[in-house]
Amino acid sequence: MRILQTIMLFLFCNSVFAKYPDGNMILKQIDENMYAKSMISTSQMLIHSRRGSRTMTLKSWTEGNTKSFSEYLAPPKDAGTKMLKLDDKLWIYNPAADRTIQISGHMLRQSMMGSDISYEDMMEENEISKIYSAETVNEVVYKERNCWVLELTANTDATAYHTRKVLIDKEKMLPLKEERYGKSGKLLKTTEILEVMKVGNRWYPKRMIFKDVLKQGEGTEFVIDEIQLDVEIHESRFSKAALRK
Amino acid sequence: MLKFLAKGLVRDRSRSFFPILIIAAGVMLTVIFYSWLNGYINMLIEDNARFDTGHVKIVTRAYNELIDQKPYDLAMMNVGHRIETLSRDYPQIQWQPRIYFGGILDVPDENKETLKQGKVAGLGVNLLNSNFERDILNLEQAIKQGKMPSKLGEILISRDIAEKLGIQINDEVTMFGSTMYGSITMQNFIVSGIVVFGVQILDKGAVIIDISDVRKFLDMEDSASEILGFIPKYNEAATYQISAEFNEQNSDPTEEFSEIMIPLKDQGQMAFMINVIDQRMGMFIFIFIFVMSLVLWNSGLMNGIRRYGEIGVRLAIGESKGHIYRSLILESIIIGITATIIGTGIGLIFAFMLQHYGINISSFMKDAEVIMNSTMRAQITPSCYVIGFIPGVFASIIGACFAGIGIYRRNTAQLFKELET
Repeated sequence: MRILQTIMLFLFCNSVFAKYPDGNMILKQIDENMYAKSMISTSQMLIHSRRGSRTMTLKSWTEGNTKSFSEYLAPPKDAGTKMLKLDDKLWIYNPAADRTIQISGHMLRQSMMGSDISYEDMMEENEISKIYSAETVNEVVYKERNCWVLELTANTDATAYHTRKVLIDKEKMLPLKEERYGKSGKLLKTTEILEVMKVGNRWYPKRMIFKDVLKQGEGTEFVIDEIQLDVEIHESRFSKAALRK
Repeated sequence: MLKFLAKGLVRDRSRSFFPILIIAAGVMLTVIFYSWLNGYINMLIEDNARFDTGHVKIVTRAYNELIDQKPYDLAMMNVGHRIETLSRDYPQIQWQPRIYFGGILDVPDENKETLKQGKVAGLGVNLLNSNFERDILNLEQAIKQGKMPSKLGEILISRDIAEKLGIQINDEVTMFGSTMYGSITMQNFIVSGIVVFGVQILDKGAVIIDISDVRKFLDMEDSASEILGFIPKYNEAATYQISAEFNEQNSDPTEEFSEIMIPLKDQGQMAFMINVIDQRMGMFIFIFIFVMSLVLWNSGLMNGIRRYGEIGVRLAIGESKGHIYRSLILESIIIGITATIIGTGIGLIFAFMLQHYGINISSFMKDAEVIMNSTMRAQITPSCYVIGFIPGVFASIIGACFAGIGIYRRNTAQLFKELET
């Protein structure tokens, strides 16, 4: 009798979990949608802090997972500040001091330009399927969109967030809402896509909000004004020499 | 009577020598310990006031919530006007704006790229326009190499950070951090001097810069994270009174950027530390009185046996038991006072040496997170001259009171029989 009960319970559980697709497959589909070999974008960061709000404009060049270059265009006080990411290294150039400084260690956890995004967030691998394993745990309707609920667990200790809970738009394969947790299980950050746009045959976030839960303020809004995907970028763009140009 | 008893104590030394020795030793230790704690409390208050708390401090309410993190993004604005008002309302107090900030000190190579870098705790003070901060921070004495900054763009760094990053006088270094609004900021400075404060937490990684440079670096025009007030002589009651007055007029609990004045004792762990030290002192004196009373009680009992015959004769010739008991207590007072004077004298000699030379405790403070000088010194105050009388005289009287009870147990009818044997 007990054996029969166990078998029935096993079959029941199997049937329940089998009704959701494989989480890792969903992650791959997200990467197929969002990950481009290269990208050039112009965006705005609206930072809402306790002292008020301010807007920064930046232009970014990205190639693969390991190379990225950003230049701040506005406001005038920050214009000319540039950042270069190569593999796991990050350099910042400041035109006023005419200095290039490498950021490492605990500094990577600091807020980038007072926003709710840290340097560590910026350094993160673009292809999420490479750094997380996922399990689909539910399906919900969120803001009139059908979503999968995924629980992601980091494959290595090197990632900034050990686990994530993500709502994935079933049709557009975009992470509409996300909660990022530390190793202790503490909620550290939330993100939400507020507006999407079509770029070629891909869906992309147009406007999203990052919120560092440990910080007061209303979060940082990130708005993509222009974006070009899979474009040729000259190798010299990703060099330290480009920082001082 | 007193003269008679004193003569007896001098002529019969076995009555007085041992109790005086015990009491004098106890009083000596009490005086040393008391002056040591005095020095410790005073050092704690003054070092913290100089480097961190002031005798009173003004910050915004939002800043105060996270004060341990020194969140300069929540700093006060229009500080010039505020200091003018404060100087008019409280002319007896010196008001100084300060900016505490964290950042990275970066040493460039020949390509102006990072060669070495280290985390530093920055302090922006008025170095160029007034001598007050130079004096209160003892900067002239703290400079071990180089000189004070004489113009904008010059900084002082602690010796530990200079050694760690291989920085020499006149080297160019870059401070890297975030502005008050969060933007990335960098500024180049010339190292004009290397300082050692003798305060471990500062010597580990402090950078001292003129406040005008810090304001430019952190985009904090006419702002300061804190305004510190220094009274010519610290007075706890006055700091509370001034703070209450200021807060009633200027502080609005519903407005996060309204200002609040905090007296020294209410900052950080100061109240806790000062109270704990006071309690320890009370406990120490109580233990001394208790232990010495036990010893002196025992010594009184021994004396009672030795003076059995003498007390018997005094009772036999008609002296009342109460009179003998009182005379023993009077003797103990004379012994207590004499021993206290001797013990206080010796204790003060040692306390003076501790005050003058101090003891270097830096090896115990390698990872200390409190602002405390690494040389601990005693401090002799008027109370050190009288504190010994509490354990000295009390212990002696209590000892005699217990030991003398035996007198009342003597049976007068048996006296002559006892004296014959």
